[in-house]
Amino acid sequence: MISNVVSLGLPVGEKLAIPRNRIKGEAKDNGKRICIVTGTHGDELEGQYVSFMLNKILEKNKSKLHGIVDIYPANNPLGISTIYRGLPGYDLDMNRMFPGSSHSSGFDYMVKKIYEDICGADLCIDIHASNIFLREIPQIRINENSVKTLLPLARHMNMDFVWVHQAATVLESTLAYSLNEAGTPTLVVEMGVGMRITKDYGDQLIDGIMATMKKMDMWDGDEAPIKPPIVSTDGHVGFINANESGLFIAYINHGRRVRKGEIIGAVVDSLDGTIKEELKSPVSGLVFTLREYPIVYNGSLIARVLGGL
Amino acid sequence: MTQETLFEVNAMPYRQAIPVYGYRFGSNKKTLAIMGAMRGDEFQQMYICAKLVKTLTKIEAEGNLNKDYGILVIPSASQFSMNVGKRFWPVDNTDINRMFPGYDKGETTQRLADSIFRELKGYQYGIQLASFYIAGEFLPHVRLMNTGYTNPDDGYLFGLPYLVLRKPKPYDTTTLNYNWQVFETDAFSVYTKATERLDEENANIALEAILRFMAKKGFIDYEGEFGTKTSFVEEYDMLTIQTKAAGLFIPIAKAGDLVLENEEIAEILSPYTAEKLEVIKAKKKGRVFFVRHAEAIMEHDLIFRIIPEEV
Repeated sequence: MISNVVSLGLPVGEKLAIPRNRIKGEAKDNGKRICIVTGTHGDELEGQYVSFMLNKILEKNKSKLHGIVDIYPANNPLGISTIYRGLPGYDLDMNRMFPGSSHSSGFDYMVKKIYEDICGADLCIDIHASNIFLREIPQIRINENSVKTLLPLARHMNMDFVWVHQAATVLESTLAYSLNEAGTPTLVVEMGVGMRITKDYGDQLIDGIMATMKKMDMWDGDEAPIKPPIVSTDGHVGFINANESGLFIAYINHGRRVRKGEIIGAVVDSLDGTIKEELKSPVSGLVFTLREYPIVYNGSLIARVLGGL
Repeated sequence: MTQETLFEVNAMPYRQAIPVYGYRFGSNKKTLAIMGAMRGDEFQQMYICAKLVKTLTKIEAEGNLNKDYGILVIPSASQFSMNVGKRFWPVDNTDINRMFPGYDKGETTQRLADSIFRELKGYQYGIQLASFYIAGEFLPHVRLMNTGYTNPDDGYLFGLPYLVLRKPKPYDTTTLNYNWQVFETDAFSVYTKATERLDEENANIALEAILRFMAKKGFIDYEGEFGTKTSFVEEYDMLTIQTKAAGLFIPIAKAGDLVLENEEIAEILSPYTAEKLEVIKAKKKGRVFFVRHAEAIMEHDLIFRIIPEEV
């Protein structure tokens, strides 16, 4: 059943509505609920394909579903419709506004209503797609404070990698942090790249969601084989940032393994034909993040390499 | 006064090198640092710093600047955004004032924040000319973040009408003001009415407030305008007025007005027929502290902050 979590009047004759499709299983209800959430950043579209496919699969197979699956494909509809990462007209990152507020802007109120709607679910899967600058292999990111609850769930999600990262105060305003704090287990998926859909990654995640639902006794349907993820902490991740501005040319493909010291690409000058900087991997390992957008500045993230494999 | 290039933003061949200048007065001692624009629309904040550089140059030339103290003014570190009409870092829309204390091996805006903070760290006092994330008009005030390191007493020396204490939210922990305090600088943010436009009257209010603070601290010998009595307000105690209807926003009350309980302070009109959709009234008697700038407004949106009379 499609309904709106919240609907607010926009300044000139339009409604801003956050849609949700609630799919109620026809198999014996076990009272469980999963929320699939995406579109918080308007330039991240990988979750659109996942939402489409999940809706399609579940609507056809309600007899195999126990409990409720809530799908929220567009947390930031204005951003998605205008190719804008943040909240258009407000210039804030929506994923730094949770759990929201009733005493500030209309967008703060919208955020609060979304948060309240998801709260209490047995699992929330918050799907992100990096940004337009970086391509990511399918992965789950977990705050170290929530590792006990979330890691067992993350292992069934069919992702290549689980990154257990340090807590940071600034991240306390994210949807995932706020929900986890409130006792709603929430996994953050990062995969692909902004403004694009990587169908293979989407299919991989859908298999993972169905397997996780099976593990939670919510799904009686078939289960694709699930591969266990690599689990790692910050200590094993090597960062490569540009120290020059210019045009980045990658020498390697995303998702491959490199040796320590191997050159992964260069920052070049299109004005005089010189190579300004060659960028080397600080560790041997898997390039799980790689620069997609070629114009770079001093500091631009070029790659992240998972070492210790 | 000496002008110094503190660092350069270099993005050749797409942009020419942009120097970030600091203006130093007095000795090399780290007494007071003043930071202007860090966002691309903070023209008023840059202007206040520019006027301060001009005034301090004159004060120093006349021998009225105490040479025992060292003062640094950075009018702008946001030229890269200003020159293309963007509020935040134009490449990825990140906010330098959400990147402190910075990281020299991090992303571009983390590195910029690091370059700025290297220059600003270690001062006894710090003043930031700040802007709010929602466009609007404020009563001039000094704002402090309640970090546990806060020393509000010196905030009264600015002689502005209000000293506002804010309880920090998670995203505040990466601002300059917060990190200044963590690194043991007594930090103040000065807000005036304008941000993206130059407002001479309010620029002079901020300028005089900073000079007053400096004179009372003994950094300069300056006889300027007397300040006003400062009222202390916790941000949490302010009344928030929000819309119930969306439409054209017609404010009636202005920042600084004393409004009575149930007094009409704004109207929301239909954008098509000018029919009155909502009459907005003050919940309590108080002083209008903030008025939203918007021609049209969404439902449930913040339009006023009022300091109730009993606070």
